[in-house]
Amino acid sequence: MKIEAQNLTYSVRGKTLLSDVSFVVEPGETLALVGPNGSGKSTLMRLLAGLARPVSGKVVIAGHPVSHLSRRQIAQRIAIVEQQADTAERVTARSVVELGRTPWLSALRPWRAEDTWQVDKALQTVEMADMAHREWATLSGGERQRLHIARALAQQPGLLLLDEPTNHLDIHHQLSILNCVRILKVTTVMALHDLNQAMACDRVAVLSKGRLVSLGPPEQALSLETVSEVFGVKAQWGFSAGGTERFLSYHLD
Amino acid sequence: MNEVAAIFRQGFKAACLTVPLLIAAVLAGAMIGETSLSPDLVLSVLANKLAGADLPVDPIDQGIIWSYRLPRALVAASCGAGLAVAGVVLQALLRNPLADPYILGISAGASTGAVAVTIAGLGGGVLSLSFGAFNGALLAFGFVALLARAAGAGGGRAATAQIVLAGIAGSQLFNALTAFVIAKSANADQARGIMFWLMGNLSGVRWPDVYLAVPVALAGWLICRFHARALDAFIFGSDSAASLGVPVRRVQATLIFATALTTAVMVSIVGSIGFVGLVIPHAARFLVGSGHRRLIPTAALIGAVFLIGADIVSRIIIPGQVLPIGVVTALIGAPAFAVILVRGQRSAR
Repeated sequence: MKIEAQNLTYSVRGKTLLSDVSFVVEPGETLALVGPNGSGKSTLMRLLAGLARPVSGKVVIAGHPVSHLSRRQIAQRIAIVEQQADTAERVTARSVVELGRTPWLSALRPWRAEDTWQVDKALQTVEMADMAHREWATLSGGERQRLHIARALAQQPGLLLLDEPTNHLDIHHQLSILNCVRILKVTTVMALHDLNQAMACDRVAVLSKGRLVSLGPPEQALSLETVSEVFGVKAQWGFSAGGTERFLSYHLD
Repeated sequence: MNEVAAIFRQGFKAACLTVPLLIAAVLAGAMIGETSLSPDLVLSVLANKLAGADLPVDPIDQGIIWSYRLPRALVAASCGAGLAVAGVVLQALLRNPLADPYILGISAGASTGAVAVTIAGLGGGVLSLSFGAFNGALLAFGFVALLARAAGAGGGRAATAQIVLAGIAGSQLFNALTAFVIAKSANADQARGIMFWLMGNLSGVRWPDVYLAVPVALAGWLICRFHARALDAFIFGSDSAASLGVPVRRVQATLIFATALTTAVMVSIVGSIGFVGLVIPHAARFLVGSGHRRLIPTAALIGAVFLIGADIVSRIIIPGQVLPIGVVTALIGAPAFAVILVRGQRSAR
């Protein structure tokens, strides 16, 4: 699904967290959202997901303003994986993923074989099918994160929002989650800290102090000047040992 | 239409499991007491009263069973179920394992209302203790709800903490008011009477109480059961529930209001019986897990049976004297819960 942010502005108790942010994400595209701590990434995610209402501006999903949709209609279109969603309840991995079917169920639309199939598929996509019976408390951070993503996939969203999906994960799980997201055909917006991970996305949006300062293909959006200005580090391009893959390296100036 | 049929089939299966247990518990409540009465006798009384049969039964026995023990057992079942379900719902909504039906100031408000009527003489002796307790409970709940709202608990991450804190503030305030009234005006007998009532007392229960308690418990159960999937979605917090399509504010308001009303009715009939609303939900969770579609009926069933049992014990444990039922629920419940807690921990490892 196509998602448009139109002049989004958001403030809390007089403090502006986001001002006049506009962009369009095309169907199937993966957009990386980068920026320093406090630049407004999570706020923007919450606005896109309809979890918070912008002070001005609007979010339009597949032609419908999000503010005109019910919570249920939004959840049938947009799934979000927020940071640090944890629980002390005794639940199995599978039942967490089953939550993703909530927006499709009602008193008169009970669980069907189709729902089981969607849950199975989501578990397979994140390679957690054989862990489905495990209890939440026994799972590692990476496994929990993958289950959250599976839960989001089980919602069958047209737009997937991931807020720092690789946070707290070891490098193997970081790469496997990014890989898993990249091969999905779902439109995806994800907040990332690692600029080199953002390089692998279709486009990159750079936020700084609540403003969108740069948007475009990775190498263009993450120009050396932008990186040093926004993040306050000195950046330069390097090449991987064996060959042609470019990466950003940075150090404090 | 097959799906609707499936829903009814499921409900029927669940009813087949639970209804016989409930009936057995109520019959036990009618049989056991200072004078033990046989099951035949209980069934004969039921046949006489419900089906208009004319079986020979001693009128005293009939009086004990029909006017005294049966309403008691039915109210105990309703209270146990109502409080347990309220506990399940509040623990899920507030994401707090310590939440119980009294966390919103209801028990404190009820006691203030009760002493305002019985000791301070509000209403000039016309109003009943139950009436005072019910209104006190609603007043306290209103106070807590307004305070929570003023503190910004409309939605978002901090909301549940605000509700709990507002509940604590409300409870403290109304408990202090109760203590103030007792200290100012009560004599020793009145103070003792109020203490008895506060620990829960089913002695005065008659049929009109049944006509109130049973429908309220059923309605509360239905509302909560209807929201079972929404409650499941709260497992990762209210934001997560919202992102799963749950209209968080509406669900929170509906369920908190429903549980508050149920609890207020129960408290006004039998006093504030502790422990049931806090511990039965946990016991039920250990048995059937956190899914609310099974958890709510299970908690209701355990709560009902448990409270009937506790009432029986409270009548027979000290010959010639009735113990406050809250003492029994805690004395039996706490060790039983300790066992569940320890075993649950082991099996989780």
